[in-house]
Amino acid sequence: MQPERHDIELSVNGTVYRRAVESRTLLSDFLRHDLELAGTHVGCEHGVCGACTILLDGAPIRSCLMLAVQANGHELSTVEGLAGNDGELHPVQQAMHDHHGLQCGYCTPGILMTMTAYLKQNPQPTEHELREALSGNLCRCTGYQNIVDAMLSAAQIMRAAAP
Amino acid sequence: MKPAPFRYIAASSLDHALALKAEHGDEARFLAGGQSLIPAMNFRLARPSVLIDINGLGELARVEAAEGGEIRVGALARYHSLERDSRFLTDCPLFADALPHIAHPQIRNRGTIGGNLSHADPASELPAIAVAMQARMRIKSAKGERQIAASEFFQGLLTTDIQVDEMLVEIAFPAQPARTGHCFLEVARRRGDFALAGVAASVTADALGRCSRVRLALCGVSETPVDASSAAASLIGQACTGEAVEAVAVEVQSMIAPSGNVHASPDYQRHIAGVLVQRAISAAHSRVGNAA
Amino acid sequence: MTTRFFGAPVKRNEDRKLLTGQGLFIDDVELPDMLHAAFLRSHVAHARIRRIDVSKALKRPGVTAVYTAADLGAYWKPGPILVPPPPIEGSIFNERTQVPLAKDKVRHVGEPLAVVVADNRYIAEDALDDIVVDLEILPAVVDCEDALKTATHVHDDLGSNISAHVRQTKGDYRRAAANAHLILKRRFLYEHGISSPIETRGVVAQWNARGAQMTIWDTTQAPVFVRNGLAAMLGLGERQVRVIAPFVGGGFGPKIMMFYPEEVVLPWISMRLNRPVKWIEDRLEHFFATTHERGQIHDAEIALAADGRILGIKDVFLHDTGAYDPYGLTVPINSQCTLLGPYVVPDYDSTFTAVFTNLPIVTPYRGAGRQHGVFVMERLLDLAAHELKIDPAEIRRRNLIPPDAFPYKNEIIYQDFEPLEYDSGNYEPVLDKALEAIGYKQFIGEEQAKLRAQGRCVGIGVACYVEGTGIGPYEGAKVQVQSNGKVNVATGIGTQGQGHFTSFAQIVADELGVDVTDVDIVTGDTDQFYWGAGTFASRGAVVAGTAVSEASRAVRKKALKLASDAFECSEEDLVLADGKVSIAGIAQKFIRLGDLAERANPMRGAVAPGTEPGLESTQYFGPPMGATSNGVHAVIVEVDPQTFDLKILKYVVVHDCGTVINPMILAGQIHGGVAQGIGNAFYEKLSFDDQGQLLNASLADYLLPTALEVPRMELDHTVTPSPLNPLGIKGAGEAGAIPVGPLFAQAIEDALDLKRKEVELLEIPLSPSRLFELTRKARKK
Repeated sequence: MQPERHDIELSVNGTVYRRAVESRTLLSDFLRHDLELAGTHVGCEHGVCGACTILLDGAPIRSCLMLAVQANGHELSTVEGLAGNDGELHPVQQAMHDHHGLQCGYCTPGILMTMTAYLKQNPQPTEHELREALSGNLCRCTGYQNIVDAMLSAAQIMRAAAP
Repeated sequence: MKPAPFRYIAASSLDHALALKAEHGDEARFLAGGQSLIPAMNFRLARPSVLIDINGLGELARVEAAEGGEIRVGALARYHSLERDSRFLTDCPLFADALPHIAHPQIRNRGTIGGNLSHADPASELPAIAVAMQARMRIKSAKGERQIAASEFFQGLLTTDIQVDEMLVEIAFPAQPARTGHCFLEVARRRGDFALAGVAASVTADALGRCSRVRLALCGVSETPVDASSAAASLIGQACTGEAVEAVAVEVQSMIAPSGNVHASPDYQRHIAGVLVQRAISAAHSRVGNAA
Repeated sequence: MTTRFFGAPVKRNEDRKLLTGQGLFIDDVELPDMLHAAFLRSHVAHARIRRIDVSKALKRPGVTAVYTAADLGAYWKPGPILVPPPPIEGSIFNERTQVPLAKDKVRHVGEPLAVVVADNRYIAEDALDDIVVDLEILPAVVDCEDALKTATHVHDDLGSNISAHVRQTKGDYRRAAANAHLILKRRFLYEHGISSPIETRGVVAQWNARGAQMTIWDTTQAPVFVRNGLAAMLGLGERQVRVIAPFVGGGFGPKIMMFYPEEVVLPWISMRLNRPVKWIEDRLEHFFATTHERGQIHDAEIALAADGRILGIKDVFLHDTGAYDPYGLTVPINSQCTLLGPYVVPDYDSTFTAVFTNLPIVTPYRGAGRQHGVFVMERLLDLAAHELKIDPAEIRRRNLIPPDAFPYKNEIIYQDFEPLEYDSGNYEPVLDKALEAIGYKQFIGEEQAKLRAQGRCVGIGVACYVEGTGIGPYEGAKVQVQSNGKVNVATGIGTQGQGHFTSFAQIVADELGVDVTDVDIVTGDTDQFYWGAGTFASRGAVVAGTAVSEASRAVRKKALKLASDAFECSEEDLVLADGKVSIAGIAQKFIRLGDLAERANPMRGAVAPGTEPGLESTQYFGPPMGATSNGVHAVIVEVDPQTFDLKILKYVVVHDCGTVINPMILAGQIHGGVAQGIGNAFYEKLSFDDQGQLLNASLADYLLPTALEVPRMELDHTVTPSPLNPLGIKGAGEAGAIPVGPLFAQAIEDALDLKRKEVELLEIPLSPSRLFELTRKARKK
């Protein structure tokens, strides 16, 4: 007997997708393998490491803790949508490059998504506040220092550019 | 770590959800925030055959003031929205202290208060707060509804009074007496981790600092939240001197029998429970008069 | 070579791909018709296998195959020993290596029993539940000391649980003891943890029957060795197998362990089914299926003169190697050798016994056993400092190897099979810089007293270490100028975030006068470069970097020769810059490097005998021995006297890894190493029960440090070039992780004034609960 499928419609980075998904397909797997948006990474599948963080209607969530079927009717943002259409990097991406905030790059997409949402909500964080906001994303390579520097710098750049 | 197969049904209404639960009983679980349930399913520790998604039931997410200053919080209210509800935080200040300790913002964007209380993790902060505040749980089934005090709701390790065909729909927090200060503190290995011990304290005191009422509850030191208010009996009519508060801490320590875990020995848990009781009561006392 | 990029904090070439989510990691490999594997793993640590019944699993829709050891037939065999025991006289080594699927016996929780191949991972996991396993459970050996006494043997044919026994001496410790003013003896317990990279392991195998070609994507740090080994196992020629290590999300050591069961089984499955197969390790598996580092128990003794000079050290230790010992003696030998540190130790007597336990295999993880040795030495010095009433920094200073003593011979055999020799070093300035940066004098002199008067428990720690890096056997690199002027470089090592795509490009860019962004580096593809060893033991920059440098130089020479022929001038008159070769002073007389390359591959005419077409060169570098880096860490901590939780107030690292290619990348390596060191010292602990079950097999309970636990660090460095390679570079990958354990122990003892309370911290990891337990005796007094 075939497993039941549900028709869903969702937008990811502004593009609308219509798919039929199995009940138990995790959103992380759906993004990566059904939509072939492999920039979102999977690190633990129990909600701790943060590598799979994406934005659901603008709010950062763990895509490994959501079923694809639950994303029906929602707007998702993933790392693939950060850079401009012309390829210009988003300030948080550029800052990570400028400050060497990534080494292996595996945790990076989750951090980028967490931080874009956070900096929108708190455009002028102190270092401590930033570290608090970052504490839900594990990195095993960088020791976080350069990520913190990158994000403080990105925040400043984004504030300066804001109308 | 993929979940075992299940049928997924998005409930179209509360009645629909309750009817489904009545039909499938133990084989079905409600999917609210999913921040505890889905990890358990990914580990295959939980294997419901039917998942009833209640995230569409917006009416269960409301936070409303009721008569007598009572606050009624819908079970589906997400941590994130409670964190930003200044009126709620003013009326239930223990949440202001505790919410930032629950996991991380990504989890708090989805997790719900009802999910947390139904899951009844012994290290979870909110059950202790519910007990400290003497909250009432409103539980519904297809057959009707009932209410039960928080103190009776938590029955054992990950076990509540919710019956197989029931859903926790609302938690009512009674109004706090005037001249009451609150403090929730916990010790965890890292921010957001499970509490090794946590204390919720509410102290009501007169203008001279004499306590007339103390509510005290602990998390993380037993299978259920511990109502330790009786240990603070010695404070009634007294000022919160260091000595007096220390005596309460010692009394609390004698009341609990923590079993320890990979992060803490039983004696360490007992020790920090005492430390936190002192710190929380003193802080709560010093906050008397901060609120209206 | 004019240096424009070498030594500069050049931003990374590889970043854009990674930042935009376009880097190919193992789970991004999607092939048509691909199947997915899941391994059934033992839930018990020690058992005889009576029966495995897969019949129900085979019937599940979506399942293509289920295999056990029996199905592998002659293919089933224990893996090869990766590092044979070094030639140390009198040593015992009992080789017992891991098997592709357990047969007859399981020896640790997580050991694979069977593999399911299905349409997707979800179904494969469903099928795991269908498999019925009948085990006769045996008592588990989990404790090192118990392993020596118990009648229960992890390997029945061995008659004991001894994996190895090695004694190494330098001088004669009895002499030191006889002349000592003070002898201190203690037992130390040091546990290192698991690497836990954010990306777990994975393998994709694709057999092409018609072409008789096997392609394997593998999160390995050693693609060349994996290619060679798997080709041999599969009965294929090496050129029939291509191993690709894509972007790897963190390696740290355990991803160089080979041959993991999954590496061996997946290609076999692909050949058998003639379809591509993928296996991605999930996080739960990672706790058992990827190798660990774990613990050692040291009974160590130090003999000192009255002024604190070390006369000798004697150390007897037990090393937990887990259920198998494929990595030979590398980890305990590193402990044995690195214990000596940057100090003069005239007499040394070190013996270790490695024991088998029913726990996952132990192989190197960032530091690779050095941590354990450094902990013993640094703690012994602290204990001696207290006894002799010498300042802890001062006692270290008095024992440092003087700068004129290099190359310094420590005689005992190191992991590279050579007698331990430090190539170069200048240790005292490093200590001075660290003490200055942490404000040592000021803290001890006034700060600490001031803060203590406020009721704050603050303490300071200083720890010194050396790190043997850059060992052989060799690496190679091929540098080739393309006709479009871009330079391609291929080398046999892999990359797991160290920035090779940039640091190697810097070397080439300077040598050939091109922009660093015009150099494309390929690592980790055995079809692009045939020969190599891998990234491990802090050797990538040193060994592969040197090979890259040599190859670049050779290409430069060819370019200059060709250009000098073309311009009919002398090579000395030529300048290589901006992607062009030109005559010095006559900017209009130039030829683009790309055009020169094209000229060197003529359609007509001839390539002169003794020369080669193109602007290309392949060079190898095999260092005779490793280069020794060194460093000092210093920390100021505050401990809550009630909860025993800890906050780092200041953290300083001063490091000397010789010539620095890219200071930005180097700093990142130090930051990351320290973060892992902090995890090791105070947060990460594998909690096994007495039946070998891991009680905290999840990231919720195995605590990796977050941005709130890792402080801002201040870094500085000195440069003592290595004489062992033309660029003078030494490795730095593991440095950050090595001394953090003893550093914390020292600082916490100071913060809580434990020496006065007669409480000694002789174990790692520590934690608030553990500190509470250890200090309660003092409180009772």
